[in-house]
Amino acid sequence: MLLPALLEAQNRYNHISKEHASLIGKALRVPLADVTGVIEFYTLLFDKPTAETIIRVCDSPACSLAGSAESVDALTAQLNTTPNQATPDGQFFVESVPCLGMCEHAPAALRGEEPVSQATADKATSLISGDAEAPQGIIYGDERPLTARCGVVVPTSLEDYLEHDGFAGLHNVLAKSPEDVIADIKTAGLMGRGGAAFPTGIKWEGAANALDDTKYIVCNADESEPGTFKDRVILEEDPFSVLEGMLTAAYTISAKKGYIFIRGEYPRAQRIFEQVIAAAYEQNYLGKDIQGVEGFDFDLEMRSGAGAYICGEETALFEAIEGKRGFPRIKPPFPTTHGLFNKPTAINNVETLANVSLLMRIGPDQYRQYGTEGSPGPRLFCLSGDVVKPGVYEVTEKTTLRELIYEQAGGLVGKAELQAILFGGAAGNFITPAQLDLPLTFEDTRAAQLSLGSGVVMIFNGTRDIRQALVELGHFFAHESCGKCYPCQLGTQRQLEILERVNHGAALPGDLERLNDVGWTMTDASLCGLGQTAATAVLSAMEHWPELFEEITVSPN
Amino acid sequence: MIEAQEVVRSTCPYCGVGCQIDMYIKEDQIFRVEAPFDVAPNFGRLCAKGRFGIDFVQHPSRLKKPLIRKDIGESPRKAVGLEGFREATWEEALDLAAEKLAAIVAQHGGDAVGTFCSAKATNEDNYIFQKLVRGVLGTNNVDHCARLCHAASVAGLQLTIGSSAMSNSIAEMKDLDAFIVTGSNTTETHPVISTFLREAVVRNGAKLAVIDPRQIEMTEFADHWLRQKPGTDVAIFQAMAHVIVHEELYNSDFIDDRTEGFGEYAKSLADCTPEWAEGLSGVPADQIRDAARMYANAERAAIYWGMGISQSVHGTDNAVSLANLALITGHIGKPGTGLNPLRGQNNVQGCSDSGGLPNVFPGYQLVNDPDIRGKFENDWGIQLNPDVGLTTMEMVDAAEQGGIKAYFVMGENPMMSEPDLRHARHVMASLEFVLLQDIFFNETAEYADIILPATSFAEKAGTFTNSDRRVQLIRPAVPAPGEARDDWVILSELAQRLETELGREESAGFEFDDPSAIWDEMARLTPDFQGISHARLQREDGVHWPCPSEDHPGTPYLFEDDFPSGRGRLTPLDYRPSAELPNDEYPFILSTGRVLYHWHGGTMTRRSKLEDIYPEPTVEVHPNDAENLGIAAGDWIKVRSRRGEIQVRTLVTERSPTGTVFIPFHFAEAAANELTLDARDPQAKIPDYKMSAVALEKLN
Amino acid sequence: MTVKLSIDGKPVSVAEGTTLMEAARKIDVDTPVICYHEATTSEGLCRQCVVEVDGWRVLAPACVTPVSQDMHVHTDSERVQHARRTILEMLNATVDLSQAPDLQIQMDDYQADRQRFPNAQVRDAQVLDDNPFYVRDYEKCVMCWRCVQACGDDLQFTYSLSTGGRGYESKISTFFDAPMPETTCVFCGNCVAVCPSNALVSKTEFFMDQGLNYDQIRQEKRKQRKQMPRK
Repeated sequence: MLLPALLEAQNRYNHISKEHASLIGKALRVPLADVTGVIEFYTLLFDKPTAETIIRVCDSPACSLAGSAESVDALTAQLNTTPNQATPDGQFFVESVPCLGMCEHAPAALRGEEPVSQATADKATSLISGDAEAPQGIIYGDERPLTARCGVVVPTSLEDYLEHDGFAGLHNVLAKSPEDVIADIKTAGLMGRGGAAFPTGIKWEGAANALDDTKYIVCNADESEPGTFKDRVILEEDPFSVLEGMLTAAYTISAKKGYIFIRGEYPRAQRIFEQVIAAAYEQNYLGKDIQGVEGFDFDLEMRSGAGAYICGEETALFEAIEGKRGFPRIKPPFPTTHGLFNKPTAINNVETLANVSLLMRIGPDQYRQYGTEGSPGPRLFCLSGDVVKPGVYEVTEKTTLRELIYEQAGGLVGKAELQAILFGGAAGNFITPAQLDLPLTFEDTRAAQLSLGSGVVMIFNGTRDIRQALVELGHFFAHESCGKCYPCQLGTQRQLEILERVNHGAALPGDLERLNDVGWTMTDASLCGLGQTAATAVLSAMEHWPELFEEITVSPN
Repeated sequence: MIEAQEVVRSTCPYCGVGCQIDMYIKEDQIFRVEAPFDVAPNFGRLCAKGRFGIDFVQHPSRLKKPLIRKDIGESPRKAVGLEGFREATWEEALDLAAEKLAAIVAQHGGDAVGTFCSAKATNEDNYIFQKLVRGVLGTNNVDHCARLCHAASVAGLQLTIGSSAMSNSIAEMKDLDAFIVTGSNTTETHPVISTFLREAVVRNGAKLAVIDPRQIEMTEFADHWLRQKPGTDVAIFQAMAHVIVHEELYNSDFIDDRTEGFGEYAKSLADCTPEWAEGLSGVPADQIRDAARMYANAERAAIYWGMGISQSVHGTDNAVSLANLALITGHIGKPGTGLNPLRGQNNVQGCSDSGGLPNVFPGYQLVNDPDIRGKFENDWGIQLNPDVGLTTMEMVDAAEQGGIKAYFVMGENPMMSEPDLRHARHVMASLEFVLLQDIFFNETAEYADIILPATSFAEKAGTFTNSDRRVQLIRPAVPAPGEARDDWVILSELAQRLETELGREESAGFEFDDPSAIWDEMARLTPDFQGISHARLQREDGVHWPCPSEDHPGTPYLFEDDFPSGRGRLTPLDYRPSAELPNDEYPFILSTGRVLYHWHGGTMTRRSKLEDIYPEPTVEVHPNDAENLGIAAGDWIKVRSRRGEIQVRTLVTERSPTGTVFIPFHFAEAAANELTLDARDPQAKIPDYKMSAVALEKLN
Repeated sequence: MTVKLSIDGKPVSVAEGTTLMEAARKIDVDTPVICYHEATTSEGLCRQCVVEVDGWRVLAPACVTPVSQDMHVHTDSERVQHARRTILEMLNATVDLSQAPDLQIQMDDYQADRQRFPNAQVRDAQVLDDNPFYVRDYEKCVMCWRCVQACGDDLQFTYSLSTGGRGYESKISTFFDAPMPETTCVFCGNCVAVCPSNALVSKTEFFMDQGLNYDQIRQEKRKQRKQMPRK
């Protein structure tokens, strides 16, 4: 309970004072040093006073392309302050933050707990006053089996959900044995949508077979991969589908308790989900003997992240729920046997759980009508950057990147040509126009030594300086490295230093090789996926455009 | 980086844990202390004293030459500082000491000498000491500070099971299922043991019940904290036994096979309900029930205790009532169980083992048993006194009454450690002759006639036996300061001079090449030690006695098959109130004890860096009491008892309950024992250091 | 159960659950380590003990990776050497390793370039001298966590220290940066004992290294303090 207590103190008093930290530590029997360690780990927690309202402006690539740096300048100029510094009246505190998950509304901002879209410099006044526009989900797709309810139902209305096929999947599930549910999921070929694409059926089978009276279901709603915003849209517009997926998981592995861990930068999704949980308890979709099935008990708690990309890594997320610094754990053991509180745990991503609800409603055969043989089911992509129609795209059949960008998303903004696509996320690869005919399937991307990741397709036109984007990515990973293992703790910083030199035209002889050594050491030797992919984009850029690193190399002095 | 020229393995000289240490030395300076991670009992762990506090060894005020009182022979003797002494040669000092002692023995008999051996010195030193006392002076008047710490534990355990050491080893602690800590502020008095106990809780989920009036650090790890009113321990333990009997949580097989007297004992508990104990102790009855169930229901459960149990006028009853609990539940005689009095001094176990007690030769062999005595007489080739000697406090009484004329004190500081110091000083002043052997000029030295400078643990060889009966080596690491000599060397020289002075035809034998030869003589005469030698300890780091033969592995836990007394004796008890209760004039209960950073009389720690972190005498006062008296944290106040007064600085803390204050006894300038009461447990003769009535006064 | 594997081409049989590091020791292959210590929990931080396993996408930390049947392990492959050398070079560019003799040897062994990363931001820090027993010179801290572990669940159970900060700004923290005497610290020095780089060092040693005598220094201070009037 440490993290909720600290977040509460942060929200009430705009920081966590030594006195409050001490009271919290003593009440929860957490060593005081650990309380400080936790405060220092999470960027939403401050141990010094901030201000009444914190305005956070996203500085990740999509928002940067859309002018977020200018927004920060305009805000601080109007408030007569500097970033990370409260205004003298204690009213405002402006900071640049990594991806807020609203790339389709770039540049995005959070004013206190309110999301703001198109927070461009010229709208600084309304952003300060609180009159700025709140974003709505933008979803495209010819057929949208997965996101059909988004924008149609009242997200917090259980009745509305029921009227739109809601819980039909769960009722099918409750008529089956857990083994049959696992069989269905395996038949459907569902793979995780968080980035690693692990087969969900195998994961659940492992957790179901683990011998322990206490097991957990966790929904990973810590969507923080820059360029990714699909989970936010589902959470905000069809949250019951996620709850239904969790109930299915709970039934299948015999878990009595679950957590949904929503990143702290999604306050609106959190508010919605709180209501969803309350409604579900009211109507016996949570609690004891759910829907009259004797012994089917499931309690669900929402937990907020506190500002740490690493907590999207499943074991780091467990640590966060346990009230610790979000350090990823060494695997093995795996979560299916040693997960949350060291108990067997099934942890799934938001989109994956929504898929579970869909597939249990329509059955595995129908489900496999969507997607391809190797990539069954519908799949969401997040388009952002220099594209005419940024948003979430639900893809239900074999589609190439070219088709997605030029046929569905209206091509590039303005006249400039496509230069590059950041594909899969900040942890993904840069790809070039030469790869536009890549079909967006697991099998095709794998063959091309790429990864779909979390479905990010971020588009850079020919006017953009890729080196600037690389510095931003380098900054992101240096900022978000948890610091646990040396390759990532040290390597993300060394990588950033070199990228900055490259970007400033001040590269030193040997920097290309240094960057390469640092990158491969992180890739090869880091403890978790963050470190192992922290150089992926950079290494891909070096492969595609070595001249970016070489041509501006100047001799020292 | 400093490169060590030499790294010397030894045993820490502070508490009874017996931590193994590695001293890193350059140019005769100990610049670092580490601990080997693969060696028992501490497995790399140390506390502040062991790691940072052995710098006392190299303190400039170490005694470097024999000293003789300038006004020697004047009566009554006065306390004098160093300036009251002159330096002497060893020849002169030893000759004079022998002459003076011999004269008293010749005139009044050996029983006119009272002697104090040392829980800080080695087994070998103490063996020679008691051999000198018994074999040359011809008396059994030898005792040491164990009398002032665990005498009641010894008495209680002797009564019930016939043995008094810790029954189980430190290495078993981390695997406990449940345990009780009572009357032991373990984190401060046995810091390294406390880490293993906390490990049991934190890493293995062991259940812990702390029974202690003070909110000691161990309570933070406890499942049950029973905060009894001081002096009501017996009521709690009796009530726990009541619950175990009443709820039939006892171990019938064990009771049938290994104990006697259960029927009568069970009957005696009839009225000792938890509610009865609640009335006396203030501990809610249900907490007593929970603790009893926790202890009884555990697969393996142990009891650890310290001075809070033994330094009491009902210390023996306390220990007996704990032994009863272990006997009815069968939590003894197996790994991870047992009755474990945590010994305070580095070699308090060994000093007793080596015969530093008035009733026993080494290995607890009775002096009044003719067969045993015959064995020693044969070996030493002399006649021995068959009468049990006097205990520490009895020697004080005898001195006061004139029966004892001389004191011989080795490595102890009774003028800090005895209760009611004003009285103790008065007695000291009346003696004819006081001989002292020590490493520093301490409070007792002020009364000495002759002071012989000894080497410290870091300058000599020998063995210490820690709290869990593990015999371990110490090794010389740095040169002795000045002319200081090893205790055993001084004793041998003195013994031979005494034999000459007394005109003995046969020497009892004091020609030893080194401490290992002394050990060998003791082992030859002591069945429990026969399998142990210095050579074996070099190979194996340490061996737990009993170890009857060289191929015996030693005995980490005792009583697997039976007790020394045969069957464990379940012993009914009556609850008795304490000796001195608070009243209007002296409204507070004073408890005394130790703090982490200091050691007993402070002779060592106050000559160490440790002094810097805890430089002043303090008193713990509860915030409510402080408020009522208008005392603020940090205020200097006067604490007064019927016997004396001291000035101390106030710590306002909820650690001690309202109405109780706690004063550490390390500070000579404000010696807690000026206040304490010389009331003794009737069986163990141990003074009650934990219950005196005092008043607090604000200073202007 | 016995597991058979090969390490550097040599067959090894060990019990299930054995780590690669322990298995390698059986054939006298010593794995270089930075964070590993026999008395603290292996967390796989430094990755200096990484080895290459046939068929594995990434390198495996030998200190925490259990053996598995028919594994083929290479403890000194080019990839392994490359990672170890780069880790040392990056670390040396970050902190002062001058008093970490083991790491100096490793840098020589792996031919690490001690100036590999010019203009790198170093983690500089003031020496913290806030207690009578030891100083903390975090400029030398390699973030092996051993002090935190020794203070916590591995040795002392006192919990005065925590890892703090994040990423490159990782550090060792006390509660709101309190000086040690204001924390739960009991000055057992078990943290000092496990520090591999002399970031934690006893004051006796710290001053001796500068040709000074701490005992004299502190006795002078004591005299001064004793002359101050009692409040």
